Amino acid sequence: MYNRSIELMVGLFIAIGIAALAVLAFQVSGLSLKSGSDTYKVYAQFDDLGGLTARGKVSMAGVTIGKVSNIELDKESYTALVEMELYSSVDNLTTDSIAAIQTAGLLGEKYISINVGADEEYLAEGDTIFDTQSALNIEKLIGSFASGK
Amino acid sequence: MASDNSISNNSTSNNYVEIRGMSFSRGDRLIFNDIDVDIPRGKVTSIMGPSGTGKTTLLRLIGGQLKPMNGSITVDGQNISSLRRKQLYAARERMGMLFQSGALFSDINVFENVAFPLRVHTKLPEDMIRDIVLMKLQAVGLRGARDLMPSELSGGMTRRVALARTIALGPDLVLYDEPFAGQDPIAMGMLVQLIRLLNDALGMTSVLVSHDVSEALSISDHVCIIADGKIIGQGSPKYLKEQGTPLVKQFLQGLPDGPVPFHYPATDYKTDLLTGN
Amino acid sequence: MLGYFRKLGASTMHSLSVLGRSGLFLWNSLVGIPDLRNGMPLLIKQLYSVGVLSLVIIVVSGLFIGMVLGLQGYNILVDYGSEQAIGQMVALTLVRELGPVVTGLLFAGRAGSALTAEIGLMKATEQLSSMEMMGVDPLRRIIAPRLWAGFISMPILAIIFSAVGIWGGMLVGVDWLGVYEGSFWANMQSSVSFEKDILNGIIKSLVFGFVCTWIAVFQGYDSTPTSEGISIATTKTVVYSSLAVLGLDFVLTAVMFAAF
Repeated sequence: MYNRSIELMVGLFIAIGIAALAVLAFQVSGLSLKSGSDTYKVYAQFDDLGGLTARGKVSMAGVTIGKVSNIELDKESYTALVEMELYSSVDNLTTDSIAAIQTAGLLGEKYISINVGADEEYLAEGDTIFDTQSALNIEKLIGSFASGK
Repeated sequence: MASDNSISNNSTSNNYVEIRGMSFSRGDRLIFNDIDVDIPRGKVTSIMGPSGTGKTTLLRLIGGQLKPMNGSITVDGQNISSLRRKQLYAARERMGMLFQSGALFSDINVFENVAFPLRVHTKLPEDMIRDIVLMKLQAVGLRGARDLMPSELSGGMTRRVALARTIALGPDLVLYDEPFAGQDPIAMGMLVQLIRLLNDALGMTSVLVSHDVSEALSISDHVCIIADGKIIGQGSPKYLKEQGTPLVKQFLQGLPDGPVPFHYPATDYKTDLLTGN
Repeated sequence: MLGYFRKLGASTMHSLSVLGRSGLFLWNSLVGIPDLRNGMPLLIKQLYSVGVLSLVIIVVSGLFIGMVLGLQGYNILVDYGSEQAIGQMVALTLVRELGPVVTGLLFAGRAGSALTAEIGLMKATEQLSSMEMMGVDPLRRIIAPRLWAGFISMPILAIIFSAVGIWGGMLVGVDWLGVYEGSFWANMQSSVSFEKDILNGIIKSLVFGFVCTWIAVFQGYDSTPTSEGISIATTKTVVYSSLAVLGLDFVLTAVMFAAF
């Protein structure tokens, strides 16, 4: 009896530990079990990221449709090359879509917002979005107000 | 190993334990200086001596928990200090040691304490273990106490349970570390009787370390007295009482003064008093 | 002057010999094939006394620390109008730092000191010696299950601590102070990375668990077998473990997070 209840308690302890790990993984870090086959990669070039980081959201009309998977500098054009992973279910983004870096709230996180165009072809794995809008740079904005231009 | 086997098979060897030219020191202090001890097979041997002469250390040396600096300790034909870890643990399965405090495992009850060596070293079925444990507890008169925890036992009972655990595997050699220390006369009488009876009934060799002279002498076949790192007398109790050196006689008769002085070495008493600070 | 050098030398030699002994002790306890059939019940018993019995203090502390983080964070962030970042702040603080570190400190105080006292008492009452004389290796039978139980329990406790703490932060931030729940979680999820933050936190807690258990068990095994010796060893366990946790935390943080 004595041993049984100890075994039960230890079992519960381990189970609580695993449950807590699951909470941390899925609820806190937003880890998803979707593997690479469920997403496709799209690229975009921006003049100024303004604080966008890897793992940032990619959304359309406020709905998350993917995430920023990698950021690097394109040495030829001196612009930022952003790699995005979009959910495969969202497969009807037109090739002339516009990708814009926006801010959630005044000081919130940066994310990429995508608006579709009118083209008849859709973006596929490895394609690049050419029409981009860089982040709104508050300092530049204030600077332009101050100089009255 | 071949030579070891030839000795251990030689049943004519009268001594179960033979210590030859053994020295041992702890830090800078020499505890044993080149001693020879024989412990005869199937007998009860007492090792006696004033406190602090390393009697318990001698038991630990025989049990292989300590290693001597020089000399050899042979237990049933095996040189215990040269054994490898695994062989040493195998040799210890045939030894039992009764510790001064009893050393019962405090988190399990009396029954499980006695069953412990059986469970670890044998693959006996549960009902057989139960029978053996009850037999051993019956031998020490504590069959009725099997469900008690060690903390609920009196000092004498603790030692008897520990004795039952020590003999659970039927060892050939049992080492008793101060079995009588701190016991009331009744418990002491029981232990004296048990040690003698168990030795004769199970054909074991018993070694007991004690400074309770009368109890130890009453059950011993062979006595060995240690003082100042030396063996000062070895033989039957009768022989030592009659033929021993003055030091042996002082110890056996418990005289306050003699070769072992009453006073710790000091400067002259009178001059010491007169010097002041 | 020479006397100081001699003392320095002596204490260095002493520290080195303790280090050597404790390393040898660890090696002898853990090396070799574990006997699963006989070892499992022993391990479960130790997981109970090391892990399960520490659970209450971990959950209660985690909850309070999470709630305090929520309150303090809110008070600072609300000045910048970005109180929805509170989830991110609470989660990152707990997962990266406070989870492993506070759990390590509590673990040293609760489980470590108990381990030291228990083993020291076993040594003082000759239980370890008698086991040795029965032909059973106390390092394998007594020490090894306790070491493994510590190694396993500590990361689990740290994970539970972080999870409960984040929940506590949510209680304060969302339910009490009225931060919008959606942005609380969304901010958290977009800034906490599983590989970089959570896994590194778990690695920290693994290291702390290893070191704390090792210190606790070795201090007990190496203690002077008297009541005074045991009390000194218990104090040493708590002091050394706490220092080791804080010192190692800096080193690990520097290695893990300095680059970004």
